[in-house]
Amino acid sequence: MKKVITAIVAFVVVALMAFGYMEAVKHREHTGDKKFAPKETIFEHLGDAYGWELPFNHSVRIPLPIIVLDQQNGIHCFMSSEVTDGGTCQGFYIAHEGDYAGKVVGTDANGKEYRPLDFSITKNAAGIFISAVLVVLIVFSIRNWYKKHNMKAPRKFTGALEMVVEFVYHDTIRPIMGKEAPKYGPYLLTCFFFILTMNLLGLIVIFPGGANLTGNLAVTMVLALATFLVTNLTGNREYWKEIFWPDVPVALKLPLMPVIEFFGIFTKPFALMIRLFANMMGGHMVVIVFFSLIFIFGGMFGAAVGAATSVFSLAFALFMLLLDTLVSFIQAYVFTILSTMFIFMAHPQHHGAEHEQITE
Amino acid sequence: MELFKPEFGLVFWMFLAFACLYFILAKYAWPFIIKSMEERADLIDKGVAYAQEAKSHLDNAKAEADQVIAEARKQQADILRDAAKMKSQLIEEAKAAATVEAKKVTDAAQVAIDQARKESEKQLRQEVGAYALQIAEQVVRQNMADDKAQRSLVEKLLNDVESKN
Repeated sequence: MKKVITAIVAFVVVALMAFGYMEAVKHREHTGDKKFAPKETIFEHLGDAYGWELPFNHSVRIPLPIIVLDQQNGIHCFMSSEVTDGGTCQGFYIAHEGDYAGKVVGTDANGKEYRPLDFSITKNAAGIFISAVLVVLIVFSIRNWYKKHNMKAPRKFTGALEMVVEFVYHDTIRPIMGKEAPKYGPYLLTCFFFILTMNLLGLIVIFPGGANLTGNLAVTMVLALATFLVTNLTGNREYWKEIFWPDVPVALKLPLMPVIEFFGIFTKPFALMIRLFANMMGGHMVVIVFFSLIFIFGGMFGAAVGAATSVFSLAFALFMLLLDTLVSFIQAYVFTILSTMFIFMAHPQHHGAEHEQITE
Repeated sequence: MELFKPEFGLVFWMFLAFACLYFILAKYAWPFIIKSMEERADLIDKGVAYAQEAKSHLDNAKAEADQVIAEARKQQADILRDAAKMKSQLIEEAKAAATVEAKKVTDAAQVAIDQARKESEKQLRQEVGAYALQIAEQVVRQNMADDKAQRSLVEKLLNDVESKN
């Protein structure tokens, strides 16, 4: 009986997927937008936008504020809905081709197109704010629990959050940093929760998710820059001595080691930036490519092949999304633990003690 | 490619959001959460240690209680034995005292009897003396008259005396 029900459910799901594909094809024919351009679709989904698209709809978007500084340093504010449909507002419009394709541009006195300083609350910026607010709510829910219940153990969602805090702070940061942990713990925990929230929010396809936040270089750059600043601004004398005057034979000391070490200062946060960006962006890209395959094959071999592909693509995309959920945790954790290591290594006490503390 | 060019506006907003987030959480949330969690961990550790101690105390208490009960039993037995001993001793003493008392009473009675006897003897002697004197008087008178008569008189008197006693 169970097997029969499973078979029926599977059949219905498959039929629905094929039906969905047929509808999509019909819709495409109806609107006259016949050619499917995979590259544009993929990069449109991975990139930033001036509005936030709603599910099952290509034209209606949640309008977001556009803030631009023109060449005379005049601030212009208007909603994205004014320009996304090809309109012009206060002399600004969205470029469709050229270097600034997809961005808000204006024309200067000579009639030449230029890019103003763009402080727009784009989809990604809005996503960042939503993530930040979510993190504040989540973290304050733990704090308020302790404020109210003092020594009682939290349950349910707060309990699960506490387990994550325990895992990150007590099992990772404290064993590495020892007595320095309370000083840098808040920064590292903020990093972890912010990255994790942004990662997971990126996996949810509908508003308020769907913005490819940690798969955007600007976001990971700021995170890596923060770790870079914390590492180098708090680094003690021993740290700088190990970079510019390490304990190696003089022949190596000049000029090889200081140069290598000096570049190491920058390559470490750079690796942090690229690792998080590439992992998250890659995950999103694989999922969208699987979905694009349906339409590519459908366009090449006909609707029936596209419908058949949709079944396999959906299965693989689902698997990839589950994998991305795991990757979201792993990458947030990896960023945090590596930041912990970099910050800790900027505070060497003396040679030997550092290794003892690590193996502890 | 657009994807690999960090957008300045986004960097600005991200930096702002991240900085605000850090300052809010680092000031109001994380230190308090970490402190509370550590305090609770300490409390749990202390609770476990306390429970273990309490358990060992309880185990000791049982042993102590058993010891106390055993001692009490022993004391009870001692007390009972002492009481029995004391009882018999008291009885002995009472008996002895009674004997002494009885002896005193009998002695006193003896003395009284002796005295009475002595008294009666003395009286008897006086009476016998008086009778003797009377008899002697009669004898002396008879003697004057007849020897035979004298003798019969003496005999008669002596019979009287005997019958009196």
